[in-house]
Amino acid sequence: MISRIYVVPNEQNGKGKILPFNNLGLYGKVANVSVIDSYLVNASLTPEQLNLTGQSLINKKLENYSINSLPNLANFSYILEIGFAPGVTDNVAHTVMESVSDLLKRPFADVEAVYTSKVFLIGGTISKEDVNKIAFSLHNPLIERATIFPVSNELKNKGLPLYVPVVVLPKKKDCIVVPLSNANTDELIKTGKEGILDPDGDRRGPLALDLESMKVIQNFFKNIKRNPTDIELESLAQTWSEHCKHTIFANSIDDIKDGLYKSYIKKATNDIRKAKGKNDFCLSVFSDNAGGIVFDDTYMVSHKVETHNSPSALDPFGGAITGIVGVNRDTIGFGMGAKPIANVYGFCFGYPDDKRELYKDKKLKQKMLPPARIVDGVIKGINAGGNCSGIPTINGFTKFDDRYRGKPLVFAGTIGLSPRIVNGKNATEKRARAGDYIVVVGGKVGLDGVHGATFSSVVLDSSSPATAVQIGDPITQKKLSDAIVKEARDRNLYNSITDNGAGGISCSVAEMAKECGGAVVDIENVPLKYPGLSPWQIWISESQERMTLAVPKNKWDEFQKLMESRGVQASVIGEFSKNKNCVVRHNGKVIMDMPMEFLHNGLPARQLHSKRDVKIFNEPKLPNGYNRTKEFLTLVGSANLGSNRWISEQYDHEVQSSSVVKPLSGAGLINTDAQVIKPVFKSDRAVVVTSSVYPSYGDINTYDMTSCAIDTAVRNAICAGGTLDHLAILDNTCWCSSYDEVRLGELVDAIRACYDTAVDYGTPFISGKDSMFNDFKGYDKDGNSVAISIPPTLLISAIGVMKDFNKAVTPEFKIAGDTIYILGETHDELGASEYYKQIGKNIAIGNSVPKVDTKKNTKIYKALEKVIAKGIVASAISVNSGGLAQALAKASVGGMLGINVDLKKLAGTASSIDAKLFSESQGRIVVSVAKGNVKAFESLIKNIPYTKIGQVKSGKEFLIKNGTQKIVDTKVDTISKFHNSFSNSFK
Amino acid sequence: MKNKQPKIIVMSGYGLNCEEETKYAFEWAGGQADIVHINDLIANPALLSNYDILAFPGGFSYGDDTGSGKAYANKFHNHLQKELDEFIARDTLVIGICNGFQIITNLELVPGALAHNASGMYIDRWVDMKCVGSSPWLKGVKEISLPIAHGEGRYIINEDEYKKMMKNGQIAFQYTKGEICEFQNLPANPNGAMHDVGGVLSENGKILGMMPHPERGMFYQQRPDAQLKKEIAKRKKSKLPTEGPGLIIFKNAVNYFKK
Repeated sequence: MISRIYVVPNEQNGKGKILPFNNLGLYGKVANVSVIDSYLVNASLTPEQLNLTGQSLINKKLENYSINSLPNLANFSYILEIGFAPGVTDNVAHTVMESVSDLLKRPFADVEAVYTSKVFLIGGTISKEDVNKIAFSLHNPLIERATIFPVSNELKNKGLPLYVPVVVLPKKKDCIVVPLSNANTDELIKTGKEGILDPDGDRRGPLALDLESMKVIQNFFKNIKRNPTDIELESLAQTWSEHCKHTIFANSIDDIKDGLYKSYIKKATNDIRKAKGKNDFCLSVFSDNAGGIVFDDTYMVSHKVETHNSPSALDPFGGAITGIVGVNRDTIGFGMGAKPIANVYGFCFGYPDDKRELYKDKKLKQKMLPPARIVDGVIKGINAGGNCSGIPTINGFTKFDDRYRGKPLVFAGTIGLSPRIVNGKNATEKRARAGDYIVVVGGKVGLDGVHGATFSSVVLDSSSPATAVQIGDPITQKKLSDAIVKEARDRNLYNSITDNGAGGISCSVAEMAKECGGAVVDIENVPLKYPGLSPWQIWISESQERMTLAVPKNKWDEFQKLMESRGVQASVIGEFSKNKNCVVRHNGKVIMDMPMEFLHNGLPARQLHSKRDVKIFNEPKLPNGYNRTKEFLTLVGSANLGSNRWISEQYDHEVQSSSVVKPLSGAGLINTDAQVIKPVFKSDRAVVVTSSVYPSYGDINTYDMTSCAIDTAVRNAICAGGTLDHLAILDNTCWCSSYDEVRLGELVDAIRACYDTAVDYGTPFISGKDSMFNDFKGYDKDGNSVAISIPPTLLISAIGVMKDFNKAVTPEFKIAGDTIYILGETHDELGASEYYKQIGKNIAIGNSVPKVDTKKNTKIYKALEKVIAKGIVASAISVNSGGLAQALAKASVGGMLGINVDLKKLAGTASSIDAKLFSESQGRIVVSVAKGNVKAFESLIKNIPYTKIGQVKSGKEFLIKNGTQKIVDTKVDTISKFHNSFSNSFK
Repeated sequence: MKNKQPKIIVMSGYGLNCEEETKYAFEWAGGQADIVHINDLIANPALLSNYDILAFPGGFSYGDDTGSGKAYANKFHNHLQKELDEFIARDTLVIGICNGFQIITNLELVPGALAHNASGMYIDRWVDMKCVGSSPWLKGVKEISLPIAHGEGRYIINEDEYKKMMKNGQIAFQYTKGEICEFQNLPANPNGAMHDVGGVLSENGKILGMMPHPERGMFYQQRPDAQLKKEIAKRKKSKLPTEGPGLIIFKNAVNYFKK
């Protein structure tokens, strides 16, 4: 029996009222809109049970409900219904089913379900075409369906149709054998690129295996005298994907035999740890789901930053929420399980006012979402993921560039806290044992995310599979996270744990099986969302919210009881074994039997080559005269330098009661560069977190781009109270067209800088991630080919531990009369600066990109550490993008205090007022110092370059002089207005 | 029954997420607190009779799906209504913070309802409130500054009921432009709540529901002006307190049983 329950907000509620879509060019046409919720219930319930269900869905002070009848439609001409496409995760429906079965004390049968949708009642003088426009603005056809109904008598009497969006899969296909032994080169290429040929003639979607890999696989099976099954081939494709094996970083390139990762990133960490000796604070690097460092004698903290770019381009909300809850799982799966204590994010978007139409296909059917929709969806996705999970979102940035129009970059990271010793063992040394059950906990498996890992390893174009998109369910995961990290871990109920991310159980089981030998899986024991999945789909599906654990047989009963009582599904799907094979059975029949050695190490090595391309950019024409007030105000209000307060305010950053330095600081609520949290109530220790990225610098030189990012991350951390002796970093390398030799040349330069800079500062890499193909290939509205590649983007995140949270420092000026200093030297380094991009209109960006002098800067940072430890600076702000002018602007707005400074005698070689104000020279910090501390301060910094530039003022006057010339002359309130204008446009 | 260290039960499960800090706040205030998963309480309902204070902490129970607090309240009502009635009939205290407040309005322990913020957006910021109610929870509180973080915090009440509640001392807090709003130039009412209501009480004053999070203001360093105050204190050579403005709520509750 199918029924609909409509929930209608009452007058006081106000929830049902939305704007009349004036932004769609429908000004004056839409008279009224009401939004109601529909719950389509497909279950044999009695009328009484239906009524009870209706009552349970409303708060009677805010809403009413009706069964199968819509409210009065007199004032409306169209109804637009938006619901999920079949098979797409419907979180609200899950809650309703759980609640209703609890209420009625009857479980939902397999065929029974609830489906939710939003129903928009629209009135006015509108056409169906207008409603189509509204529909496009409200839904994403990849995951949702929109249906338009003209208001008719039938509708008034019967309500909306009772149609169930159930997933109907063609009859389930059993495992097939792929005739690889006699395949010719063409067939190998085709299979690698488009997928296995189904018996019905369709290809199954990309394996992303190149010819060389396909040949190795062909040979391997020739040697063992049989053909591979589909599941074996799909499994290899997952495990060998760029996403999982990081081949660009692993293969030898030019004369770098061991590849970039081993030769630079890992080597940096090894060399640093060796040099630190007994002061080494690393506990787990590169080997686990996250990297871990010492917090104190009892605890460790972990950090991991992921990217979720391709999915976010297609479904921004789903992509971003999956990104954040996914990286939360990396934390839950770190060591024996760490509790997520903070989230971080980073977004690189196209400009929201970019209205160019782009399509994935030549027929112009598959329209790309415009940046404004991507911005909106991604921000909401991180919002829902972080807020619902009770994890404070403390650090983040937004960058805008036209080249992120094809693929946005969405970085999502999580910091975790775990005891160092769990049940008497080092928490970092987890080991599945032969004989342990393979247990999957959390959500069920559907087609979502099939080919996710191989998809993110290729260019985004019209063949990108929509099933690769998933929607996260933070509450299912929260239940799972609490049950594991707060209970099962400390009751010693499992031997090992890992996350199910890319490649699903095919990767997590194979990965854990390394700890003991091998594994045997009975694939039919994996719980499914709906029937009809083939074994290979179950094996590689990336359905979310699942973790894989090794549970000793004698602990299974207790484990299962605990999970059940916490509302978490747990299933035994197999057993870990001593045999060095990964075996999958389907109803007892072996369908996969692969030596672990070939699965993990069979991927052929490949020699990469790079070349260098020297680029010379035009120098922009500098403005005349000496007053730069206008340029200054435009700059501090620009998309890249303006506040992103609207994001910080909608992300809960105070849950867990740990905040010390928040994402918004001071009277003026400025964004902080680094944040400080105090995660253990009874300890004064604190964690400092920051990140840095300079995509524009890479246009000129990726070596400098990278060293500047590291320098800035280090400097941000120290400004907030961190120290060089307890600071670790992470790299996220997002590249484009990574088989292009010039792009590889840029990559080599960037990764060399990782080694050089990290080693000089003694800041080890503890984790990293790469995403090497951020390219879009499609068509403009006239059907012309368009290719957009992101600028090479290397994000550095940093995590450090402070001994005393009381020493934390915030960036805003505090008290009028304080003396303002700048530490470090300012040079003519405006190349690719925000200022040059502005006045050179993104074309004439100059060439003098900032260089990092680690020796000089180390002395500066050590001196800064000392004055902060002594508590004699009132504020410290790192000079980053936008230069000294931006740093002074933020410090002033933060304190809502004026300044009077003179840059005449600025240390360094900067000559023009443009360079003095806007150069982005590294290694610089603006600090303010109380009069009483000036002497002590100056004696502690006497061996480093610094300039005393002026005073914090009690009024609102913001004055920057160069000798007698007033080069910026404005008011703090004016700066605040400009600085917040971009953010306010989103409210 | 007085002159004792009270026992506090802090509810958890299904997406509630402030249970640890809420437990810590009660214990710092001198109580003895346990976090109990709702399913464990359902399995052993008699457990509730061991406690003196029942706390529904903040969080996102059931993801706010179908409306904040509703599904958790339904579950509590379906299985534990009798025990809840017995608990309230004793000399006990109850608090619902943020999502907990939403839960206890759905359980009809306090009047009114909480709807989506007028802005339509989730917001995290600090607010100032004047205390206008009378309750053991509010002893000595005149004005208090605390953080909020919610998407559905707009308090809704009909006019007659509001007047009655005001007269009866059941309006606990009203948003006002105080110390923090002045400091950060913020509007007093963060969500469009009717009559600026930020917290309410049951008729007997023993059940408190509030949108702001006292536990997120239990430490002094959590204040938005803490860094400025630290700088001022350093110059006066004075020391900053460790307690933040929120702790008094928990102390009041504990002291109700101790004294």
